[in-house]
Amino acid sequence: MPLYLNDEQTMLRDTARDFVAEHAPVSHMRRLRDDKDAAGFSRDLWKSFAEMGFTGILIGEDAGGLGLGHVDAGIVLEEIGRNLSPSPFLTTAVAAVEALKGSAQANRWYPGILAGETVAALALDESAKHRDSVALKAERSGNGFRLSGKKQFVTHGHVADLIIVAARTAGSADDSNGITLFAVEKGAAGLTAEAERLADSSIAARLEFDNVELTADAVIGEVDAGRDPLGRLLAAGRTGASAELLGVGGGAMDMTVSYLKERKQFGVTIGSFQALQHRAAHLYSEMEVARAAVLKAQQLLDASDEKADPAVSVAKAMTALATTLSVQEGVQMHGGIGMTDEYDIGFYMKRARVLAEMFGDANFHADKLARAAGY
Amino acid sequence: MMTDLENFRAETRAWLEENCPAEMREPIRSEKDAVWGGRDQSMLSPAQKAWMDRMGARGWTVPDWPKAYGGGGLSPAETKTLREEMAKIRARNPLNSFGISMLGPALLKYGTEEQKLDYLPKIARGEIRWCQGYSEPNAGSDLASLATSAEDKGDHYLVNGQKVWTSYADKADWIFCLVRTDKTTKQGGISFVLFDMASEGVSTKPILLISGNSPFCETFFDNVKVPKSQRVHDENKGWDVAKYLLGHEREMISGMGLGAAGGNPLVDGAIATIGLDHDGRLADPLLRASIALFEVRSRAFGMMSERFIDELKAGRAHPAQPSMMKYYGTELNKNRHELMMAAGGSDALEWESERSSGGAGPRAWLRTKANSIEGGTSEVQLNIIAKRILDLPSN
Repeated sequence: MPLYLNDEQTMLRDTARDFVAEHAPVSHMRRLRDDKDAAGFSRDLWKSFAEMGFTGILIGEDAGGLGLGHVDAGIVLEEIGRNLSPSPFLTTAVAAVEALKGSAQANRWYPGILAGETVAALALDESAKHRDSVALKAERSGNGFRLSGKKQFVTHGHVADLIIVAARTAGSADDSNGITLFAVEKGAAGLTAEAERLADSSIAARLEFDNVELTADAVIGEVDAGRDPLGRLLAAGRTGASAELLGVGGGAMDMTVSYLKERKQFGVTIGSFQALQHRAAHLYSEMEVARAAVLKAQQLLDASDEKADPAVSVAKAMTALATTLSVQEGVQMHGGIGMTDEYDIGFYMKRARVLAEMFGDANFHADKLARAAGY
Repeated sequence: MMTDLENFRAETRAWLEENCPAEMREPIRSEKDAVWGGRDQSMLSPAQKAWMDRMGARGWTVPDWPKAYGGGGLSPAETKTLREEMAKIRARNPLNSFGISMLGPALLKYGTEEQKLDYLPKIARGEIRWCQGYSEPNAGSDLASLATSAEDKGDHYLVNGQKVWTSYADKADWIFCLVRTDKTTKQGGISFVLFDMASEGVSTKPILLISGNSPFCETFFDNVKVPKSQRVHDENKGWDVAKYLLGHEREMISGMGLGAAGGNPLVDGAIATIGLDHDGRLADPLLRASIALFEVRSRAFGMMSERFIDELKAGRAHPAQPSMMKYYGTELNKNRHELMMAAGGSDALEWESERSSGGAGPRAWLRTKANSIEGGTSEVQLNIIAKRILDLPSN
């Protein structure tokens, strides 16, 4: 498969680009922030995503979805990133849909996701840094399970209809096996969410599970064998976050390059200064390399290729590095105006930092590659 | 039922298995170890010669060129299959040649039918070794300032001037050369000519480099007679040919030493020198981190190369994209060699010992410093990206 978008994907991109720019431009995010919106995103917009068919991109046609792949999901995510649109698309339509795939829970949740009524959150992290370990306990209780422990950095965790929780049913925190994935419904007794607004004005929750009782059918897949659905969830989430980062970095770069062509100092446009041209050209190179890495990871995931795993790590790390550069150069090259809240470029810097941290930062993924290579 | 492509793969595999000598399935260790072809082939081992001749006879040194010009006439999918099958048995490139990677594509685009029939098959069979006469003492990155003159003498030109940084000028049989045919305009007055380095009036002098090796030469032309039939494309239109060829050169340089199949010499070298700690990690955590972050960029660049080739084949690549590839690839390659030197420690400083294969490591490290200078400096590539891709204004 060649490493560029095919005709259908190009059409999807044009559709998504117009739709997101029209319905959820940066001003949409700014308004939610200024209104101190408690959800952090618009349910109405989520409905329109469903009407466009976007929420069903990764759901099979037999279940009423579009039956497309990660390349296609990434196309929508890139536009979300470019417009800094607050949306549960990544957690719900990408990561949760992948985790549920092939399980009995899919029938329960897919219709709501397809209709744009269901929002999913992912309860994975247990410390300030993403790790490959799971300590939150799930003990057998009658026919079901009892969950106790804490999770953090759970985007939409305070309002989600469905929370996917990675829990330990056997072994110790760093063991690869003994993990079980659970689908926890909104309002479960013993579950409390402490919502926190983050630097980018999105909202994430710290969740506390205090003997949360679940029936046996809350299990996604098999007990103790949660690595499979969790692995799919993480691969989809990491790749999706990479695509969104690409949009954030690309959006910031476009703004910056436009600014270089408009802004005059010393009687000429500042974009004619070689010092700035070289930095812009270097930034462009980093972003192009990151773009190739994202598409490669998406294609390998879609082909269920065994080489997908390292490619996903390359994509997540590379987009974090390139986009971080893009937003830093963006603020710097905008000068004083780049530091003002009134101007949008600073929002890109905040969003990039959040996405860079999500599902493992560049260091986490570089470390993962190094271990896999035996050093 | 096997598809045509599957049949092709099976036949190719069998042919390679039978025809690729065992010695040609080992990695190339140095520039001297590679086959460059040309009139003087005395330096080649029998296996190298056999491998080049067998591949050349099938047109597989240039698999995607038309058969009429000595190529293999393979489709893009077949070419890819051939490369994959070669990679599987770690078969070496049978022939490294500026003729193949640079001049050939330019001749295919701009050459007359006679020129194509005359030169291309010889390039494919490795019979002519070429060098490139672009840079001059006062025309490096600013090639349009070149001064080597070609005076019109009716059926031929009389060429006078000096070139510099002519790679392997002392070993090459022919040169593809930029000469000035009109002094009144800069880029518009340049022509692209080919001539035999054995012509009367051509002399070369090697330049010793910091690596202790000397692939580069100064080249002098004193009343060299060049028939007009050896000019490629129209008179004063040499800039078009040069630009097209530079794109291919940049592509070639950007891919040097990266994305090699099998093991990772950087990681293997670091483990050998520094060792692993009890958790199985490189015992120098800062070097480990540097290598790991380098790996991210290096692998991502490998994917970028793949994308670039796919886009080129489909005619979708931006014409200035080779500048980005050249810039990024060469900076990465320098980075890799810095890390290799750091990983090697004092062992990597030995310059002549047998243990160090005559200082192959440090010499290669120093050689990479030229990557971001030759073929247009990194700064020139950044200028091109800024102006032609980002459309930033000129002063």
